[in-house]
Amino acid sequence: MLPIAAIGPGTGSIVVVALIVLVVVYFLVSTILALRKITSGLDRVIGNVGEILDKSKPVEEIVTDINGQLDAGVDLLEGLLVKKAGLVDAVGLIDGLYPGAAAAGLRNFPDSTTVDAPRISEVYTKGTLTLARLGREAPIARGNPAGAVLRNIEGGSLAARLLYPEERQGRPPALPRSPVIGTDAPVQYEQRDDIGKPRKRLPSA
Amino acid sequence: MTLWWIADAVLLFLVVPIVVLLLAGILKAARSIMESVDQIERATAAGSKDLDAAALLLTTRDQVRQTVAVVAGYGGSLDVILDDAE
Repeated sequence: MLPIAAIGPGTGSIVVVALIVLVVVYFLVSTILALRKITSGLDRVIGNVGEILDKSKPVEEIVTDINGQLDAGVDLLEGLLVKKAGLVDAVGLIDGLYPGAAAAGLRNFPDSTTVDAPRISEVYTKGTLTLARLGREAPIARGNPAGAVLRNIEGGSLAARLLYPEERQGRPPALPRSPVIGTDAPVQYEQRDDIGKPRKRLPSA
Repeated sequence: MTLWWIADAVLLFLVVPIVVLLLAGILKAARSIMESVDQIERATAAGSKDLDAAALLLTTRDQVRQTVAVVAGYGGSLDVILDDAE
């Protein structure tokens, strides 16, 4: 082992420079490896982006074509409806089927937005109409003719049920559950052997 | 001689840490880029896979054409059957 005093400043310099070189080499090699991985990753990304470009290239043309077809269909239906029903009744019909849709109006008829939609095409349940015919208390009579249509397209069955008194809406709190059948049923019954066979004859007296 | 030793000490305790710090920063940045590239690769692969369904737009276009043609046929028939409003 060399004594410390035997190491001169020149040797120390060489050791330190060698240490620096080692550190630089380590970090540069690590950086080169990282950059190689980045390059290969970017190559894969470029491949995927190319696929995306290829797959999405015809989308604009197809969607434009579909929109054109649908526009033609809308033009046709709007034109036919207005031609056959008239602008006012057409707007009323649309508002009856889709409450609130009259505000948007018809696309090819700008005047339709100013039309006061008549209340036509309202849908009542059969029971409501029966009550109305019988002259009994019916929600139709209680409804305000100037108000919105009674039909609720989002909750049609609930809206129809709410037309009746609360007693009619009540449901049984707990109905008996349906029996479980099959081979895994908790209650198994013995299979009868006489099914499908000739009836047993009683012994003659 | 003493100055040389001082220079060695400066080299060892000042230059080496600075070099290590700078190179470590470069390596850290490169590794963070690797993670970002991996994420971008996964996203682009998923996007490319999602676009596999874009080919179905051809079927959609054909069906829309057929549907509009049928609607046009019905409309033409209704136009003949029903009277105009005015």
